Amino acid sequence: MSSNDTIRPAAGASPTPAGSNDSEPVKAIRLRHPWRNVFAVVLILGFALFIIDAAGRPAYDWPAVAQYVFDRRITQAALNTLQLTVYSMVIAIMLGVVLAVMRLTPNPVVKSLAWFYLWIFRGTPVYVQLVFWGLISIIYQSIDIGIPFMEPLYSFETNAALNTFTLAIIGLALNEAAYMAEIVRAGLLSVDKGQDEAATALGMSWFQTMSRVVLPQSMRVIIPPTGNEVISMLKTTSLVTAVPYSFDLYTRSRDISAETFNPIPMLIVASIWYLFFTSILMVGQHFLEKRFARGLGDRQPDRTESTQTGAITGTLPVIGGNQPTVVRPAPGGLPPINPPPRDPGPVNPGSGDVK
Amino acid sequence: MTDVNTQAGASVAGPPMVLAEQVSKSFGSNEVLKSISLEVRRGEVMCLVGPSGSGKSTFLRCINHLEVLSAGRLSVDGELIGYREANGKLYEMAPKEAARQRRDIGMVFQRFNLFPHMTALQNVMEAPLRVKGLPKAQVEQNALDLLARVGLAERSSYYPAHLSGGQQQRVAIARALAMEPKLMLFDEPTSALDPELVGEVLDVMKGLAKSGMTMIVVTHEMGFAKEVADSLVFMDGGVVVESGDPDEILTNPQHRRTQAFLSKVL
Repeated sequence: MSSNDTIRPAAGASPTPAGSNDSEPVKAIRLRHPWRNVFAVVLILGFALFIIDAAGRPAYDWPAVAQYVFDRRITQAALNTLQLTVYSMVIAIMLGVVLAVMRLTPNPVVKSLAWFYLWIFRGTPVYVQLVFWGLISIIYQSIDIGIPFMEPLYSFETNAALNTFTLAIIGLALNEAAYMAEIVRAGLLSVDKGQDEAATALGMSWFQTMSRVVLPQSMRVIIPPTGNEVISMLKTTSLVTAVPYSFDLYTRSRDISAETFNPIPMLIVASIWYLFFTSILMVGQHFLEKRFARGLGDRQPDRTESTQTGAITGTLPVIGGNQPTVVRPAPGGLPPINPPPRDPGPVNPGSGDVK
Repeated sequence: MTDVNTQAGASVAGPPMVLAEQVSKSFGSNEVLKSISLEVRRGEVMCLVGPSGSGKSTFLRCINHLEVLSAGRLSVDGELIGYREANGKLYEMAPKEAARQRRDIGMVFQRFNLFPHMTALQNVMEAPLRVKGLPKAQVEQNALDLLARVGLAERSSYYPAHLSGGQQQRVAIARALAMEPKLMLFDEPTSALDPELVGEVLDVMKGLAKSGMTMIVVTHEMGFAKEVADSLVFMDGGVVVESGDPDEILTNPQHRRTQAFLSKVL
């Protein structure tokens, strides 16, 4: 096997006989870092003091926090906030991919249109945009679908068709799409041009090249900032009161505290839920990143496979496949294109006589 | 080598595999190819040699329409590349038609360009599965056979990052062969490899040449050219300086430019 010489020893393999027992491990007294320890103790003490003080401070009103954190109005609002986040992010990511591709097309009109979109939606505050969406039914009283300048086929009252929840999602999604477009564009540009060429040379269409080769590789670049955006979006939902939609987590907890005249515990309740969701999102992001780092991390492909035998025949687990694949040597009919013994003679036959 | 020649000579039926007629290519005002005319017969192995920037790679990329010609005509197996001819007029091909032409032309790149997020096996299976839409079991068996042919059966589940450069290039050759091309283009396939690993890739290419594949190889490996090639073309400054029998050119170059180049690389 020509490739045998590159095989690394398996994890459990016995160490090489020479040199493993000869050298002694370094025995040196470790460098001490006294100030490092002092600083750490001071920080821990300071933090402990803050916690003890906060636990007893009446203004935090912890009993009220405990009473409201699982209040039905709050849990329902938390669910609404989560829905706002998920729906608007899903729309934003899809629209972002479209806008990113538009910016990378050779068509100047399409390119400028995408640029214009970004200019508007990134250049104005999301709060202002949300207020605008709240007023959409005043600007456009009805939505008509049909051929321009003709009797419309369908016509909706804007007010009836779009409730504040929908408008909040539209507002958040369209704003976010502008940011997602830039993230996706950076991801697409990060993929080596050779990948595109290799796929094209194999006869893959533009769409296949994008979806099978370029996008999966760009995910590694796209996911970390997108995780950022999702977490940012979760918190931006607290602005939907501008639409005005008032059943999200923040607005709801403010409404409750307006009745109880006790705002601080309600802020803590809202924060607990925001933190809970962001923690879950961070875990999700970690697993997504692992998924798209396939083939790029330093992880070994097959720890279980006994690579030392170098046998051609055997069962190999195929990553991504469900059942193991039986690897057979080439059937007799096919001549190996890799002739194992290299012709010693004419490989580079005396370059001297060529000169 | 002589029997390969006669074999190739005997099987010349129909149009030549590649026919380039006064092919020119400019990038802006920079003329990279100047009226190149070449013919590659069925089963022939042609080596393109020459200094960097002489247009070898660009010419190769013109053959599968990765670059668009500025002037001239180029056809593969009698079919015009990138254009349709009707009523004496040329019509630019839709991307779909160009993709169909590329299916039959395998290409191997200097920097391998394997898909890093797929295993060796998935790399080889991708195009037959997605482009040709063949059934998975058949594609997988064929891919495993191909990996065995390039000596990498036991590496099928490895990602490119865990393969050496030579192994990656062999996977890349298997990937190109999976589409059952009638023509293989090699763009400096060993230039990015450690000297130790060049041999294993050249071995695979020699085996492929012996199996009767039509190949155009841009290379700096003169030993390979001498041993395997049926014809050799020396290019410089976008023109063909000298072409013909590899032994003849390598041992007795006629043109002064060829002599100067060969004295440096041999």
